[in-house]
Amino acid sequence: MNAVTPSAELPLSGAQILLRALKEQGVEVIFGYPGGAVLPIYDAIFQQNAIRHILVRHEQAAVHAAEGYARSTGRVGVVLVTSGPGATNAVTGLVDALMDSIPVVCLTGQVPTHLIGNDAFQEADTVGITRPATKHNYLVKKSGDLARIVHEAFYVARSGRPGPVVIDLPKDILINPAPYVEASREAHRSYRPRTEPDRAQIDKAVALIRSAKRPILYVGGGVINAGPEASATLRELVAETGIPCTNTLMGLGTLPASDPHFIGMLGMHGTYEANMAMHGCDVMLNIGARFDDRVTGRLSAFSPGSRKVHVDIDASNINKNVVVDVPIVGDAGVVLRALLDAVRAEGARPDRTAMAAWWRQIDAWREKRSLDFVQPREPGSIIKPQHAVRRLYELTQQSGRDTFITTEVGQHQMWAAQHFGFERPNRWMTSGGLGTMGYGLPAAMGVQIAHPDALVIDIAGEASILMNIQEMGTLAQYRLPVKVFILNNQYMGMVRQWQELLHGGRYSESYSQSLPDFTKLAESFHAVGMRATTIDDLDRVILEMIKCDRAVIADIAVDQGENVYPMIPSGAAHNEMLLGPDKSRNNAEVTNAGMVLV
Amino acid sequence: MSGETGLTRSATIAVLVENEAGVLARVIGLFSGRGYNIDSLTVAAIDEDRGRSRITVATRGTEQVIEQIKAQLNRIVPVHRVADLTAEGPHVARELALIKVVATGEPRGQALQIADAFRAKIVDTTIESFVFELTGSTDKIDAFLDLMRPLGLAEISRSGVAAIARGTRTII
Ligand SMILES: Cc1ncc(C[n+]2csc(CCOP(=O)(O)OP(=O)(O)O)c2C)c(N)n1
Ligand SMILES: [Mg+2]
Repeated sequence: MNAVTPSAELPLSGAQILLRALKEQGVEVIFGYPGGAVLPIYDAIFQQNAIRHILVRHEQAAVHAAEGYARSTGRVGVVLVTSGPGATNAVTGLVDALMDSIPVVCLTGQVPTHLIGNDAFQEADTVGITRPATKHNYLVKKSGDLARIVHEAFYVARSGRPGPVVIDLPKDILINPAPYVEASREAHRSYRPRTEPDRAQIDKAVALIRSAKRPILYVGGGVINAGPEASATLRELVAETGIPCTNTLMGLGTLPASDPHFIGMLGMHGTYEANMAMHGCDVMLNIGARFDDRVTGRLSAFSPGSRKVHVDIDASNINKNVVVDVPIVGDAGVVLRALLDAVRAEGARPDRTAMAAWWRQIDAWREKRSLDFVQPREPGSIIKPQHAVRRLYELTQQSGRDTFITTEVGQHQMWAAQHFGFERPNRWMTSGGLGTMGYGLPAAMGVQIAHPDALVIDIAGEASILMNIQEMGTLAQYRLPVKVFILNNQYMGMVRQWQELLHGGRYSESYSQSLPDFTKLAESFHAVGMRATTIDDLDRVILEMIKCDRAVIADIAVDQGENVYPMIPSGAAHNEMLLGPDKSRNNAEVTNAGMVLV
Repeated sequence: MSGETGLTRSATIAVLVENEAGVLARVIGLFSGRGYNIDSLTVAAIDEDRGRSRITVATRGTEQVIEQIKAQLNRIVPVHRVADLTAEGPHVARELALIKVVATGEPRGQALQIADAFRAKIVDTTIESFVFELTGSTDKIDAFLDLMRPLGLAEISRSGVAAIARGTRTII
């Protein structure tokens, strides 16, 4: 910062002070949408060049774009919306970021302070509405607080367990002069997240690793949030100890999919070997995951014979769903480093013979080949959705391009997680906790802004994509060559699957009626439309899509009846998986107690 | 959650917070949003200079749920400190109640006698009513109210629990 004393210059307006604080925080891009209450900010944006504004087409998309930006870069994503409907439209995105621990700062306009509480035009109780939707929120009531609050909001958003923070900005605060203060180096008055683990707990965890005969690493999004070094340390720990590693949906990419120790995703649609290994392990090392119900299945039957270590930066996640033996509160990267150092220093590796037997068992489970599917090869055959993802993976790999995948929500999301291999962290953006249809396209937009030369693909469903389809306009305006790869099964497939398995095949309102012609839709938004209707078209369409330097919608007609397997039905245990419609139904029957679960 | 089974206990939790708008709403929203019990809740500024308030929550739950409540409270950005006074050692907890009894004749006399036995103060009186002020544990106030009920108990205003550790320990 230039050390100019505020008194030496013309007094700056609140809006100018805001931008100056954003600049000091290293902000390069804002995703936003204007309106009356934020016009002073738009005026200030107009008069500077340091910060770029990306005009979205809906405020929800602004938040998802900021999430994509944040998750692919490790930086804080920034959103700007107007008061009232601008703020309420952003709420879904905020909750999405809260559930998935994504650092976002969202600036919302507000009516002037003297009108707050009067039901003024476009007034909404934004701090009230967003209180349970954010990690923290602020209403700026005094110009003197503005700069400090902006700095504090960035600190809160990115530190500890990251999350969304709202700053509500009354219009008079934006117009009136405000003093500037630089970001303080002092600790926050009350908020001091713990990142350094307790040494004694590390020792206990290492003792468990040393004694383990059937250990497993269960790794989640906390390792992504801890930065790429944390993933690198995980890789070393795995190499050092030979412990098999499974990932949650949010953790994909922390260990390369090609690493032989990687046993796939776990949980409801995880691999047979990952879930069986979770069930049969004797020591479980949970690093940065939260024992989500999609992962544990029936809690009373969850990994009954294991002693559990749980590493989480958020103490409230510990003993929330599953009681553990060794809780460790700290940053996943710091803890992984401490574990690795201790394992090396003490040679604390699990017993070789026991590990060999454990791996033989895992390999036997792998033999079930639980992700296999049959793709008919005769010309004119219908495309299996899994095959479409596999080919997308193989052909993007062959292209050598740095590839980022986002998804919408549904079957296609699960097939993407199962069949696309991630070799590096921060390449996989999906709405895990909230499961927000409409996330993928705007998230891809945010990723592409951060990585202009990368290949960014939204693996979509035909229903989800319509939830934020207006963002095709944003892609056109900024020439963002995002690729939308629709697995078009003409159904809300995930809904249809549950109706098939749980509701007697009564497909109530889950058919995707009256779909648009996606190729024409692409063209009307100045993008390129492509279509594959049979296996004969698939590779050609994917290759053309990868080659195309513009935005693309590739409409891939896939088998409408395909279901996601394997599957742990709600309320069942890990060892009660359904492997598929034709491979034995196993012993799992969905109980009423299971049916009430979502 | 699995915490629904197992023994429940009550807990008096003191929460030291920044004295800023919305912090009480955050605490209450946490309890309602996550389905925790609130038996009583009190709040007041305690330290004007440093701008801090103290919230005292009386709650109940299994050990696991109470641990969750404390961890969730600690997550709130303007929270300085969370202390489980019940678990951390001996403490005193007091509540103040204002109790209106409308009665004449024999019940009126009985109400007076009981009030005397409980060391309740009479803070207002008319020929057909009393307002008693009673300070004590929640149990003591509950017992007093049970006795007053048949005697013309008309209205109750309770402060909720204020609590503090015994001895030299502080949470500041
Ligand atoms: C905003 C929102 N509304 C509803 C749902 C419930 N839901 C989950 S998956 C799904 C169907 C998605 O259909 P599609 O995008 O075609 O994906 P498919 O499952 O067919 O691959 C629905 C409606 C949701 N997750 N998000
Ligand atoms: Mg579909």
